[in-house]
Amino acid sequence: MDFYFVQFLSGLATAATLFLVSSGLTVIFGVTRIVNFAHGSFYMLGAYVAWSLVERWGDTPPGFWGGVLLAAVTVGVLGAVMEVVLLRRLYRSPELFQLLATFGVVLIVQDAASWLWGPEDLLGRRAPLLRGSVEVLGQPFPLYDLMLIVLGPLVLVALLLLFHRTRWGTLVRAATRDREMTAALGVDQAKLFTSVLFLGSALAGLGGALQVPREAVNLHMDMAMVVEAFVVVVVGGMGSLPGAFVASLLIGQLQAFGILVFPQITLVLVFLFMAVVLVLRPYGLFGRPEEGPPAGEAPGPPLRPDGPRAATVSLVLLAALAAVPLVAGDYALIVLTEVVILALLASSLHLLTGLGGLVSFGHAAWFGLGAYGAALLVRDAGAPMLPALAAAPLVAGLGALVAGWFCVRRSGLYFAMLTLAFAQIVWSVTFQWYAVTGGDNGILGVWPADWASSKAVYYELTLLLAGGTLWLLRRAAFAPFGYALRAGRDSALRAEAVGIDVRHRQWMAFTLAGACAGLAGGLYAFAHGSVFPTLMAVPVSVDALVMVLLGGLRTLAGPAAGAALFHGLETEAMRLTDYWRLVLGLVIVVLVLAFPQGVVGFARSLWDRRRGGNGSAAEPVA
Amino acid sequence: MTGESLLSVRGLEAWYGRAHILAGVDLEVRPGEVLALMGRNGAGKSTTLKAIMGLVAQRRGTIRFAGHDLTGLPTHRIARLGVGYVPEDRRVFTDLTVRENLEVGRQPPRPGVPAWTPERLCDLFPNLAELRGRRGGHMSGGEQQMLTLARTLMGNPALLLLDEPSEGLAPRIVQQMAAAVRTLKAQGLSVLLSEQNLAFAGAVADRAVVIEKGCSRWTGSMAALAEDEAARRAWLAL
Amino acid sequence: MSRLVVRDLARAFGGVQAVDGVSFALGAGELLALIGPNGAGKSTCFNLLNGQLRPDRGSIRLDGRELAGLPPRRIWRLGVGRTFQITATFASMTVRENVQTVLLSRHRCLSGLWRPAASRFRDEAQALLDRVGMGTQAERPCGVLAYGDLKRVELAMALAGDPGLLLMDEPTAGMAPGERQELMALTAALAHDRRMAVLFTEHDMDVVFGYADRILVLDRGRPIAEGAPAAVRADPRVRAVYLGDEA
Repeated sequence: MDFYFVQFLSGLATAATLFLVSSGLTVIFGVTRIVNFAHGSFYMLGAYVAWSLVERWGDTPPGFWGGVLLAAVTVGVLGAVMEVVLLRRLYRSPELFQLLATFGVVLIVQDAASWLWGPEDLLGRRAPLLRGSVEVLGQPFPLYDLMLIVLGPLVLVALLLLFHRTRWGTLVRAATRDREMTAALGVDQAKLFTSVLFLGSALAGLGGALQVPREAVNLHMDMAMVVEAFVVVVVGGMGSLPGAFVASLLIGQLQAFGILVFPQITLVLVFLFMAVVLVLRPYGLFGRPEEGPPAGEAPGPPLRPDGPRAATVSLVLLAALAAVPLVAGDYALIVLTEVVILALLASSLHLLTGLGGLVSFGHAAWFGLGAYGAALLVRDAGAPMLPALAAAPLVAGLGALVAGWFCVRRSGLYFAMLTLAFAQIVWSVTFQWYAVTGGDNGILGVWPADWASSKAVYYELTLLLAGGTLWLLRRAAFAPFGYALRAGRDSALRAEAVGIDVRHRQWMAFTLAGACAGLAGGLYAFAHGSVFPTLMAVPVSVDALVMVLLGGLRTLAGPAAGAALFHGLETEAMRLTDYWRLVLGLVIVVLVLAFPQGVVGFARSLWDRRRGGNGSAAEPVA
Repeated sequence: MTGESLLSVRGLEAWYGRAHILAGVDLEVRPGEVLALMGRNGAGKSTTLKAIMGLVAQRRGTIRFAGHDLTGLPTHRIARLGVGYVPEDRRVFTDLTVRENLEVGRQPPRPGVPAWTPERLCDLFPNLAELRGRRGGHMSGGEQQMLTLARTLMGNPALLLLDEPSEGLAPRIVQQMAAAVRTLKAQGLSVLLSEQNLAFAGAVADRAVVIEKGCSRWTGSMAALAEDEAARRAWLAL
Repeated sequence: MSRLVVRDLARAFGGVQAVDGVSFALGAGELLALIGPNGAGKSTCFNLLNGQLRPDRGSIRLDGRELAGLPPRRIWRLGVGRTFQITATFASMTVRENVQTVLLSRHRCLSGLWRPAASRFRDEAQALLDRVGMGTQAERPCGVLAYGDLKRVELAMALAGDPGLLLMDEPTAGMAPGERQELMALTAALAHDRRMAVLFTEHDMDVVFGYADRILVLDRGRPIAEGAPAAVRADPRVRAVYLGDEA
C-alpha cells in the first residue's frame, strides 16, 4: 500500500513537468493553430541553458532558482524570435509547411545544442536545500520531486489567473475562439502571437530547466518530450489548459503504475490510452470541435499522365540508373540503393498525403514492420530472401489495415496524432518485446541470398522491385482508385454527394500505402543486414514527410525527387560536417519560405511558365 | 449635401473564392448620419460591411475613412482608426464573461469625445448591468446583440458598421436596439447599418442605399424611399 | 404524375422547430422554387431531402421509394442529384475528369487500380459537358474556371448521376446577371428533356419568378403559400413576410 502511494507521488512529479511543457504547447496551438514540433527543442534548450547557469551559480538557492528562471526567459525569447522570423510568414501556408518549418528548427537546435554543449550526457547540480528525501509512509521520497508536485498546480493556478485576470489573457482567450473578430475589435494579432510564443516557449524552457536535477541533460530530450506533450495536448483537448493538466495527471499515473502492472509494454500504454480517448472522445477530454475545417493544401493543377516525351525521359532515367553499377563503386551503390528504397517509402506516403490529403506522422511504422517481418522470417523460420521480401508488404499491409480502420475515423491533425499513436505502439512493442525482437539490439544477420550478395546485384534487385512498385502506384493514381482518393481530398462534401465512400477509400489507401512502405522496409533490412527499432521511430516518419514535402505534394515524381534530394543532402552534409542537421534544418527552413509548393512543384510551374502556360497556373482574381 | 463625408466607398468589388459577390458598390456616410444599406437576402449587404472592415481577402475599389485609405490596411488598423464593426452573427466570445467581452473591445479614447466605459454602457443597455459575470454563451440572442454592440462601442469608434441589427430578435428587443442607435446618433456617432427590415431602417436611418446583386441601385432619403413604391417593389419586395 | 412526394416533413433543433409540417409534390420536368426570409427553414428542408439531416417525422418519396432517414450516399444512388450554394467540385481535376469520376461512381467502378480512368466513360462525360455548354473546356482544371462555368460543371456532375430529382441550393448566387438567366434556362430545358424534377432555393427574385413553375414560401419552418408565381406574388401573407410591418 505504502509503496503504491509513493508510486502515485512519483507519477504526480512526472505529471508536473509534463504539464509545464504541454501547457505551453496547448497555448501556442490554441492561438496560432500551428503544430509546433520545435516545442520539444525549447524544452531541451531550457535544460541546457539551466545546466550552464546552475553549474556557475547554482550552489546557493538564489543562484539556482535565478538560473532556472533565466533559462526559461531565454528560451521564451528564442520562441518569440522564431515567431517573428519564421512562423509569422507561414500563418497562411498549408499546415504541412508550418509543420515542416518547425521541424527544420528542431534540426537546427539539435546541432546548435550539440555544438555548444557537446554530445555527452550532462549531469546537473542538484537543487540546494532540496537534495535529500523525506519519509513518506516509511518510504523515502525525494524532496525535489515533492516540490515539483506542489509546483504543478501552482503553475496551473498562475496560468489560469494570467488568462482570466489580465487584459492580455483575455485577449488571448478571445483570439483562441475567434481571431477575426478579435482583430475587428482592434487587437494587433502579430504582437499577441509573438507574446504567446514567448510564454509557451518559456513554459517549455522552465519544464526543461526543472529537469536538470532529476535526469541527465542530453540531445534526445527534445523528440521524446514533444511526442509526449502532443499526447497530453490531444488527450486533454487542443487548446485547453485544464485539459492539459488533467491529461498530464492521467498520463503521469499511467506511466507510474503501468511499469508495475505491464512492465513489458509501459511505452505502449500511453499511446493506447490516447487512441482510445480519441476514438471515444474525438476532440479530447476537454476539447471542442474546431471552428471551420483546417486549412488544407490548395488544390494543385491536375495530375497529367506522361506524354511520350516524359515517358522517354523516365525510361532514359531508369536505364541510366540501371547502368550505374558499370561505373560506380560500392559506396555509391549503397547510397543509391538507399535512395531508391527511400523513394519508395516517400511515394507510398505520398499516396496518402498527396492524393488522399491525409498527413501521417507515423508512416515509419509500416516501413519498420516490413523490415522486422522480413528479418524475423529469416532469423526464426530460416526463410530465404525472396519469400521474406514478399512477406514484408503483407505484414505491414495487415498492420496498416488494422490501424487504418481507426485512423481514418478522424481527419486533419487528429488523424495525424492517431497515426503517431499507432506508430509509437508498434515501436514500443518492438523496443520492449526483447524475447522476440531483441529490443534495441535489433536483429542482425539479415543478409541477401548468395546470388544477390554483391552490392551491384542487390542494387539492381532493389531498382526492379521498388521501380516496379512505383510504376504500380503511378497506375493506381491514374486509375479510378486514384480519382476517388483525389475526389475525397478536393471536396469530401461533393465526393459523398456523388456516392463516394470517402472514409472507405482512405482506409484502402492507408493499407496500400502501408504495404508499399513495408516492401521498402524489407528491402532496407536486406540492404543493411540488420534491423533496429529506430527504423520505426518518429524521426523516420518525419524524414519521410520531409521528403514528400520537399518534392512537393502535387506531382507524382515529387516524392522520389524529394527522397533523392533529402538523402543526398543528408549523406553529403554528414560527410562534410558533423553539423549536418544544422545544414539540413537551414535548408528546410529556407526551402519552406522560398518554395511553398515544393521543389518539383516549383520547377514545374517554371516549366509551364516557359511554355507560356496552359492554364495550370491559377489565375488570380482581384 | 452637408459637408465632407466620413466614409466614402467607390466602386467596391469583392469575391469569395471565385464567387463575385460585390460588383460595384458606392456609398457615402456623412458625419453624424445613420445610413441604411438595404437589399434582399444575398444582395451583398454583409459583404459590403466586411469588405470595408478588411475581412474579405479579395476586394477592389476605394474605401476612404476620415482622410485614411482603408483599402490596404489590416483589420485591426481599420478598427483602431475608429471603425467599429458589429457582425450579423454576433460572434460573442462565448467562453468570456460580459465584462471580459467588453474588455476585449476596449481601445484608447478618441480626443475630445467622452470614452465609453462599462458603466456608461450599462446605462445605455440596462440588461447588461445584471449580467456582468455571465458567460457570453449563456445569454439570449437579444442580450448577445446588446453585448456585441456594447463591446464594439468600448473601442470608441467614430463610425459604427451594424450588420442586420434587428435580425432574429423579438419586437421588444428590436425597439431597444432602435432606441440605442438613436441615442448613439444623438451623441454624434455615424452609423452604417445593413437592414432588410424597412420598419427598423425607417425608425433609425436618415438615408438609404439600396443594393441588388452586388451593385448599388438607389440612393436617397428614408422619406423618399418610403414614397418610392416602384423602387421598393423593384429592389426590396417580391 | 408526381415524381417527388413530400409529406409532413419536420425537424427541430433544441426546441426550435426549423421545419414544421412541410408537404409538397413535384412532377417530372417541373421546377419548384423554395423561398422565404433568412431562417425560414429552406436550408434545413434541403438537408432533409439530401440526407445531411434526418427528419423527426414525415416522408420523402421519389418515384415511390422512401428516402427519409437514408444517408446521403444512398439517397444519391436512388436518384437525387444536387448542386451546392458555394460550388463544390474536384478542383485538382479537369472538367471532364470531374464528370468521369461521377460516372465511375455511378457504375461502381471506383476500386479499379489498373485501367486508366481517363479512358472510361469519356464519351458519355463529353456528351454531358456539351449539353451544359462546357464541352470546349473539358481539358481545363476545375480550379481555374470562372464561377459561372463551375456552376455548369456542377450541373453536369449532377446529371451524370442520372437524377430523378435535382436539388439546387441558390444556383445563381455569385453569378453575373446574364449568366444567371442562361443557367436557369438551361436547367429548365434539361428538366424538360430528362423528365427531371427540380427543387431550388434562390434569393434572386427575377430568377424565381422567371423560371419556377411553382413557388413554395416558408416562414419559420411552415409553408405559408404555394402556387403559381403570379398567385404567390399577390399573396398578402407573403408580402408581409418579405416587406416587414409596412406592407
